[in-house]
Amino acid sequence: MAIFNLNINGKSMQVDVDPATPVLWVLRDHLDLVGTKYGCGVAACGACTIHLDGNAVRSCVMPVSSVGGSKITTIEGLSENGDHPVQKAWLEHDVPQCGYCQAGQIMSASALLSNNPNPSEEDIDNAMNGNICRCGTYLRIKAAVKTAAQNL
Amino acid sequence: MKSFIPVFKTREPQNKSEVFIPSRRDFLKLGSLATGGFLLGVNFQCSGPKGELLTFAPNVYLSIDSDNLVTIIAHRSEMGTGIRTSLPQIVADELGADWNKVKIVQAEGDEEKYGNQNTDGSFSVRMFYEPMRKAGATAKHMLVAAAAEKWGVPASECTTENGQVIHAGSNKKIDFGDLIEKVKDAPIPAPESVTLKDPSTFTLIGKDVAIYDNKAIATGKAVFGADVDLPNMKIAVVRRSPVVGAKVISYKDEKTLAIPGVSQVVKIDGAGIPPGLDKPLEGLAVIADNTWAAIKGADALEIEWDLGPNQSYNSEIQLEEMLASTAKDGKIRRTRGNFKTALQGAAKVIERTYAAPFYAHSTIEPPAAIADYKGDGTVEIWAPTQHPQWARQAVAAALDIDYQQVKMNVTLLGGGFGRKSKPDFVVEAALLSKAAKSPVRVQWTRQCDLNHDFYHSLSAQRIKATIDKDGKISGWNHHTVFPAIGATGNADEVHPSDGELGLGCTDFPYNVPHIQIETHESKAHTRIGWLRSVSNIHHSFAINCMMDELAEARGVDPVQQALEYLGEDRNITFTEEMPGGKYENYGEPIDAFPWNTGRMKRVIERVAKEAGWGNALPEGQSLGFASQKSFLTYVACIVKVQKDTNGKISIPEVHYAVDCGVAVNTDRIRSQFEGGAQFATSLVMTSAITFENGKVKQNNFDTYQIIRMPQSPKKIHVHIVESQEKPTGVGEPPVPPYIPALCNAMYKLTGERIFKLPFGA
Ligand code: FES
Ligand code: FES
Repeated sequence: MAIFNLNINGKSMQVDVDPATPVLWVLRDHLDLVGTKYGCGVAACGACTIHLDGNAVRSCVMPVSSVGGSKITTIEGLSENGDHPVQKAWLEHDVPQCGYCQAGQIMSASALLSNNPNPSEEDIDNAMNGNICRCGTYLRIKAAVKTAAQNL
Repeated sequence: MKSFIPVFKTREPQNKSEVFIPSRRDFLKLGSLATGGFLLGVNFQCSGPKGELLTFAPNVYLSIDSDNLVTIIAHRSEMGTGIRTSLPQIVADELGADWNKVKIVQAEGDEEKYGNQNTDGSFSVRMFYEPMRKAGATAKHMLVAAAAEKWGVPASECTTENGQVIHAGSNKKIDFGDLIEKVKDAPIPAPESVTLKDPSTFTLIGKDVAIYDNKAIATGKAVFGADVDLPNMKIAVVRRSPVVGAKVISYKDEKTLAIPGVSQVVKIDGAGIPPGLDKPLEGLAVIADNTWAAIKGADALEIEWDLGPNQSYNSEIQLEEMLASTAKDGKIRRTRGNFKTALQGAAKVIERTYAAPFYAHSTIEPPAAIADYKGDGTVEIWAPTQHPQWARQAVAAALDIDYQQVKMNVTLLGGGFGRKSKPDFVVEAALLSKAAKSPVRVQWTRQCDLNHDFYHSLSAQRIKATIDKDGKISGWNHHTVFPAIGATGNADEVHPSDGELGLGCTDFPYNVPHIQIETHESKAHTRIGWLRSVSNIHHSFAINCMMDELAEARGVDPVQQALEYLGEDRNITFTEEMPGGKYENYGEPIDAFPWNTGRMKRVIERVAKEAGWGNALPEGQSLGFASQKSFLTYVACIVKVQKDTNGKISIPEVHYAVDCGVAVNTDRIRSQFEGGAQFATSLVMTSAITFENGKVKQNNFDTYQIIRMPQSPKKIHVHIVESQEKPTGVGEPPVPPYIPALCNAMYKLTGERIFKLPFGA
């Protein structure tokens, strides 16, 4: 066990955990940030996507010991009132079905747009390729990403 | 270290996924809807001194507070279909509520109170359209009567709109909330005496209504199964029998118990063979303070298994045996005319076999459930279950208590597709909570999920079809073999049931004079369950691919052929051609929900028109067609495929036409079809579960592949036929016709027919 000081959603938080614990479980089990979901544990589905210094990463394969001073953003911290352009576009297009994959989708999409405000079709496909939606909302996700790009 | 924050945080009324019914609403027991229609009871009063909140609750689904808050109970499980919105939408429309002031609360599992809660078989809207209308209309009737009396005008001149009663002549308006004191003690009218709205005045039914949970989902606040947290809760991760029927001989848990945070290892006794639809598999559960410790602890267990009779099972070998069996005489399940006659007079015989694999549900949320077994013999559960009542009963049986002692809270489901109908994972949580003497959340890993599912069955089929000298289809001999769902509970069930055959096989609708449908024996070596559209998946694949091949052989257009062989508009039946069997019509009487060829023809004509069927296509593109009625909903589908200059295949466009009777939430109907096309693309192109030495070979999404955004169809158009027929479901019907439509399009593109799924893996 070891103590880690983490910067999450602009706040500093401390946990005392096994250093190998993936950030996903630190968030969910130790910090009550359950918006980030578990789907596969092997970086194959994207449900656990968070931002590390603004880039989309899969928190299920990132040991807490590797975070250091990097800034973590989770779905809970993406915006104050759920009004990030990506979240607004998600509502406009009524994207979710079951909704379980959507936090990860939104985190991947928002990281894409912050690094590339005018993504092409192919850019969107590439950036979202790591996020499975078993319900099949890919078309609405893509439409919402395009809308969000216009409203950035 | 662990933060003990109960799930029950303060919540705003809107856009939160509430799991519980507020305790002040102690609705009276009203009897089951499933047994004899809609019952209305006396209202529950929540009266008090002046100024206190008053509540009017004319039935179990609806209450209105004096502060104008309308609360509607969602009693069916939300797994992505939108049902948690669509049924309340019906109540709110009939009531004349202001949709923005409606709060939706999820019911706990209690079928005596709410009626059927088994969210399966695409029947929520079909079963509850009328009861929900009456629930809203009854309250409206009472509110209107109260306002009319207050104003001294005839009730017939009043109506409701946006949460108010309105008198058109005088332009008087009053909020529902201001009438609560008057109506809360009023007698409840008999359901027959309330008038339902004229459909032309619907304000919500037939409209695009956004799902209630959108905002909660987009902000990460929606509560799914694994999100529920209780004080002192432990996490359990289970190592289950790698082969169905395997038993633990011995195990070593020293390494596991040495992991900080691990507290206990508990053995779960499995049912053996047959494994049962509602029982856990044999396994060892590692109980820990946190999920990571439980996962590592489970990995560290050293288990010696008696693998039992399924240890030599190989699914590819079974498939070969099943395919071979279809060449023999089988058990006759439907017969018309005499297929031998057709064979004798045939100018051409086409004979093909079709194979499809086991499929896993792989809901994006793996199973998880929370149980809090209390010292007094009661247990409280939180679970993403499609069938809360069955889960209650299964838990009660496992703990040897009465099901009334099991309180079942239903969370949102991160996908269901039939997997979360089975209560095995809920039972695990209950057993483990009892053993750990604390609340326990059982968390399935993805590997657990893919290795220990209730799979869609492996299938083999053979269709022999004859064309006579006049170029007519004269005979249809369909052999189907697949381990039956029933075998999971009863090892002696070696033939598919009438119910499974009625899903796209014995309900072959075409006017062919000689029909013979046969089944063959096969045994289940794993747990078989039902997956979105069930045996329609493989039956529609085979039938529609063969129809396409027949059209080609006859030199006719497949769309024209389907219209021709559906024949004149009429209702058709099947039971009289099923010796000793019955066409189950998805549980509905055939006269109440007939199989109407005219409705099928209309969706076929519509899809052909919308998709530009028959128009010339650019080089490298082709279209495929199929139609399949399932779950009482008529669907036709045309898929366009494209091969680019690098030989890469894509799906630029899909058209669906659907007749599901009255369309309740048009946006959610479209989203089910959009999702259905994507789900079915995985079935056709990428996904398969295979067994070797009795074990599933696929452990995660790297080997059990689900399509991702780049592989998705690029456009999916859903054309909803306007209808005043009784509403039917849309959760499953998008899947069956899409599968062969894609295969038929691929054939046009490549010249190669597809006889085995998945073709792209
Ligand atoms: S849970 Fe991390 S990618 Fe699937
Ligand atoms: S919305 Fe259900 S998995 Fe994406």
